[in-house]
Amino acid sequence: MTTLSKDLAASRQFISANDAVSYGVRLCRPEVIAAYPITPQTTVVEKLSEFVANQEMDCQYVNVESEHSAMAACLGAALMGCRTFTASSSQGLLYMCEMLHYVSGSRLPIVMMNANRTVAAPWNIYGDHRDSIAMRDAGWLQLYVESAQEALDTVIQAYKVAENHQVMTPVMVCLDGFVLTHTYEVVKVPSQAEVDRFLPPYAPTENRLDLAAPKSCCISVSPEWQTEYRYKQHAAMQAAKKIIGDVDAAFGAQFGRRYGGLLEEYRCEDAEYVLLMMGTIAGTARLVVDKLREGGVKAGLVKIRSFRPFPREEIVRLAQGVKGIGIVDRDISFGYEGALGTEVKGAVQGAAPAINFIAGLSGRDVTKDNIEAMYRKVIDLARGQAEEEIQFVGLRWEQW
Amino acid sequence: MLKEIRWHGRGGQGGFTAARLLGMAGSLYDDYYVQAFPSFGPERRGAPVLGFTRIDTQPIHDRSKVYSCDYVVVLDESLLDVVDVREGIKKGGVLLINSERRPEAFGASPDYEVFTLWATGIALEILGQPVTNTAMFGALVAVSGAVSLEAALTAVELTLPQELWEKNKKAVETAYHQLRR
Repeated sequence: MTTLSKDLAASRQFISANDAVSYGVRLCRPEVIAAYPITPQTTVVEKLSEFVANQEMDCQYVNVESEHSAMAACLGAALMGCRTFTASSSQGLLYMCEMLHYVSGSRLPIVMMNANRTVAAPWNIYGDHRDSIAMRDAGWLQLYVESAQEALDTVIQAYKVAENHQVMTPVMVCLDGFVLTHTYEVVKVPSQAEVDRFLPPYAPTENRLDLAAPKSCCISVSPEWQTEYRYKQHAAMQAAKKIIGDVDAAFGAQFGRRYGGLLEEYRCEDAEYVLLMMGTIAGTARLVVDKLREGGVKAGLVKIRSFRPFPREEIVRLAQGVKGIGIVDRDISFGYEGALGTEVKGAVQGAAPAINFIAGLSGRDVTKDNIEAMYRKVIDLARGQAEEEIQFVGLRWEQW
Repeated sequence: MLKEIRWHGRGGQGGFTAARLLGMAGSLYDDYYVQAFPSFGPERRGAPVLGFTRIDTQPIHDRSKVYSCDYVVVLDESLLDVVDVREGIKKGGVLLINSERRPEAFGASPDYEVFTLWATGIALEILGQPVTNTAMFGALVAVSGAVSLEAALTAVELTLPQELWEKNKKAVETAYHQLRR
């Protein structure tokens, strides 16, 4: 029996990951939050509305009539030089799609949270990555997190990355729906003074509206110039690769927690068989890696935090010396393979044989047994046994 | 020392609140890691629902469902007719049921112990309504020793609205003392 904590400080809270995001956003002092409070939405924006109503946040809260409008309102506020936030999920994110492109093309550093939930049909409210993966090419950075603590910390990091003048690109922080968003755990909430020291007020570039010096923004661009705009968007995203790592390191130096920047390696130093994945599956997979290691299997895992920008160079390096690779996708691009599978296989270019596992769709639990079976299949493949390149984990009419 | 607890209730009975109360009590210890989550999805009043709590002295990385339990707590005896509440109880585990009947009435198993507590009676007497989650939380704390009574009572204050503190703390304490081993 251990002893009760003497210090029931508010810094250590037992809260859901949704609430952790809300606390993280509050600490970042956004000036405008716009949200559409209907399912699919999370309690993130509810909690934030409480903070604003209780005057715990100095922020304008705009209750809009759709997700499309939520992002449009954020765009307007960001153009005026405000730090902004919104959140969505699933069909709501899809409805936002048009505005997501407007925001990234306008180079506005909006941060949003997405609760990863599948998209209809068949209709289902549960978690997978098919909503945000469908937004892959919307020009947003996409960061996937594993725990409530990482969610809170990543929101703070996200503003720091987005608002970097070399980046000036919006960031979507993605949390696995329910499995993470609705789970309560202990979260350390940093003090306002600490976060203020890490994240100064937003300093916009000249790309903003100014009543004293009127100009047009969200411009249309002729074919003679559009390619250059796209090139610069791409260059900013590439620049973000280093900045994501730098911001994570700086965060670690100040707060004592860091997450590996673009990706986190777990027991990969001498690993022969490596699974790569995003989000909460990485947590469960850690336990499986430990078990396999105890049995003498050199297993490792890579948690990819940043899907865009994609950490190609890091993955190429990791694949050296590896005997087999498994890529776990919580989505499927019908007619080809999982999105992460495509990226990883494209990066490693056959350096190691690979299987793309499609798992955890629409809230299907991904068990430790499932993950161990994936490792076994990768080992079998590396040893020359024939394996299907794409496998749906736990398919009812197959033996898993 | 990982302890996994599954709470069986019906929608509206506060089964997930019980799971959170235990998690909150665990979170009051510097060296405990805790996780509490519901059976995800839309809730319907009266439908069988689940809550889960994990407590460990190591960080909890497992994000899969709880398939094997050290403790199973049943808030509503009628669930025994529709749900296999015994599924996944670990060897040496405990099944704790809200019932007027004695544990023997629920069959003996060499693998786990059965405890009963008439939580509905406690709830009706103290709260004036058959909301049994806080009494069953107190009972689980007594049977498991996972957290202290002091931590359990603090958890009630940190989780429930202030107007519910006094009566629910009394329900926790009453149940705790009836089942303290």
